[in-house]
Amino acid sequence: MVKPYKPSVILKDNDVTDESVYRNRRQLIKTLGFIGAGALLSNKAQAFGWFSDDDEKTLFTTKPLKFTKNEAYVTSDPLTPYEKVTTFNNFYEFGTGKDDPVKNAQSFHVQPWTLSIDGLVEYPITLDYDALYSTVSLEERIYRMRCVEAWSMVIPWTGFQLSELLKKAKPLSSAKYVAFETLYDPDQMPGQRSRFVGGGIDYPYVEGLTIEEAMHPLSLLSIGVYGKTLPPQNGAPIRLVVPWKYGFKSIKSIVRIRLTDKEPPTTWKRLAHQEYGFYANVNPHVDHPRWSQASERRITTGGLFNQQRIPTQMFNGYSEVASLYSGLDLTKNY
Amino acid sequence: MKTLFAKPVRLTPIHRYAVKCVIHCFALGYVGWVFYRGVNDALGADPVEALLNTSGITALNLLLVSLAISPLAQRLPCGDLIKFRRLIGIYAFFYAILHMLTYISFELQLQWSLIVEELTKRPYIIVGVIALNILLALTVTSPMSIRRKMGKNWQRLHYLVYPALFLTLLHYTWSLKTGWQDPVFYWLGAILIFISRKAVLTRLNVKSFGFKGK
Repeated sequence: MVKPYKPSVILKDNDVTDESVYRNRRQLIKTLGFIGAGALLSNKAQAFGWFSDDDEKTLFTTKPLKFTKNEAYVTSDPLTPYEKVTTFNNFYEFGTGKDDPVKNAQSFHVQPWTLSIDGLVEYPITLDYDALYSTVSLEERIYRMRCVEAWSMVIPWTGFQLSELLKKAKPLSSAKYVAFETLYDPDQMPGQRSRFVGGGIDYPYVEGLTIEEAMHPLSLLSIGVYGKTLPPQNGAPIRLVVPWKYGFKSIKSIVRIRLTDKEPPTTWKRLAHQEYGFYANVNPHVDHPRWSQASERRITTGGLFNQQRIPTQMFNGYSEVASLYSGLDLTKNY
Repeated sequence: MKTLFAKPVRLTPIHRYAVKCVIHCFALGYVGWVFYRGVNDALGADPVEALLNTSGITALNLLLVSLAISPLAQRLPCGDLIKFRRLIGIYAFFYAILHMLTYISFELQLQWSLIVEELTKRPYIIVGVIALNILLALTVTSPMSIRRKMGKNWQRLHYLVYPALFLTLLHYTWSLKTGWQDPVFYWLGAILIFISRKAVLTRLNVKSFGFKGK
């Protein structure tokens, strides 16, 4: 007997995936496809993915920015591609693996945002999300980024000089240091919820510079990378970039800049002061106790056989900052 | 379940041959796949770090599996499980040596002065190299013919796998910037294995390592 065909599942109009959702998903898959197997097995990702969870996520939206290119800060070194800059990050608030931030930070909310500049200043300032992009005119600079783990990247940042913003607040003459603080929001940052995810660090993350370092023209507050607003894994909406210091000094997702007369209790120094100092200047002559800092692996394009190890330069090649440290023993003040 | 374990499961030579084939395929296929992706820049932003971590973690996973086989073979009604222990142990060594070669050739780019410096100055590297040498000794002495020749000394030597596991975990924890990460789970796993082998390990004493020959 022939039975009429009856589908086991009957789909109605409202079951059809909306086109925008569909496209968004394609975009997500395309972007995450880049880490693809990497997501499965890279970094601490276990061979068989024991501790990873790969939920479906929607990609954070970045917007193009208007800026001028600052020709004083360019380099002939090949740039690290956007896909690598945005998928290989140390941002323990979102997990300790290099690809944890891109996987765990996509639903991060940057609006509303408040950045306050206070402490020993004449005019405390509070910037909201839109003011981050409009208070100081934006420029693009290409900087080398040297991580304390002995790898490096070359990255086009969009932003403005930290000194421009500080000048608006008018630091008092008693201000000797500038302290920076990352957002503390355990609801959004799994690393702050669980000590295990966050590597056992005490949050919020704190970084600091001397006032002279902060006023140096190289010190940049970045709100974008590759001409677009920062994705959360790179420190959206606003982060510090100090190119002559190890990467951990370049604090992400800043909510507070405070001028003080005391050295700020910086996060990594508090965790392991014999390994990470307050200054953390890139220095090929002072090794990390557990590995050499004399050379670094540059992350660009190319597979296993196209890797290069290059000598690390003093102050990451930014010799113009040397005068900030005249008379200071950089072996002791690492 | 009851009927399955009503009597001990015996594996015929064909069964064993098939399981070993599967182990070979997975262990070699996985290396090939990861390496192929690494060469073609499809292992994330830093293929070197990805290959380093993958080979290291897989070596550790296989070492733990090989160590879990002994207590499992005792407790499960399938003593034949023990027949796969050697192969898995050898693959643990295989991945460990791959880990070391990746470090020397891709991470340090065969810069010999740097290699010598890192291999002599850095405690976490030294600890890893000692563990690797233990695994090397165990692998070299794994053929049946050598095992017979070594007599009691074979078992004495192969108990070094437990110090090797300890050193491997120390190497892993030490290589990270903070201690409160994945290695914690691995330490717990190692403790479980130690507990399950308590009866055997507490029987060991100084005499068992007298190495007085047969």
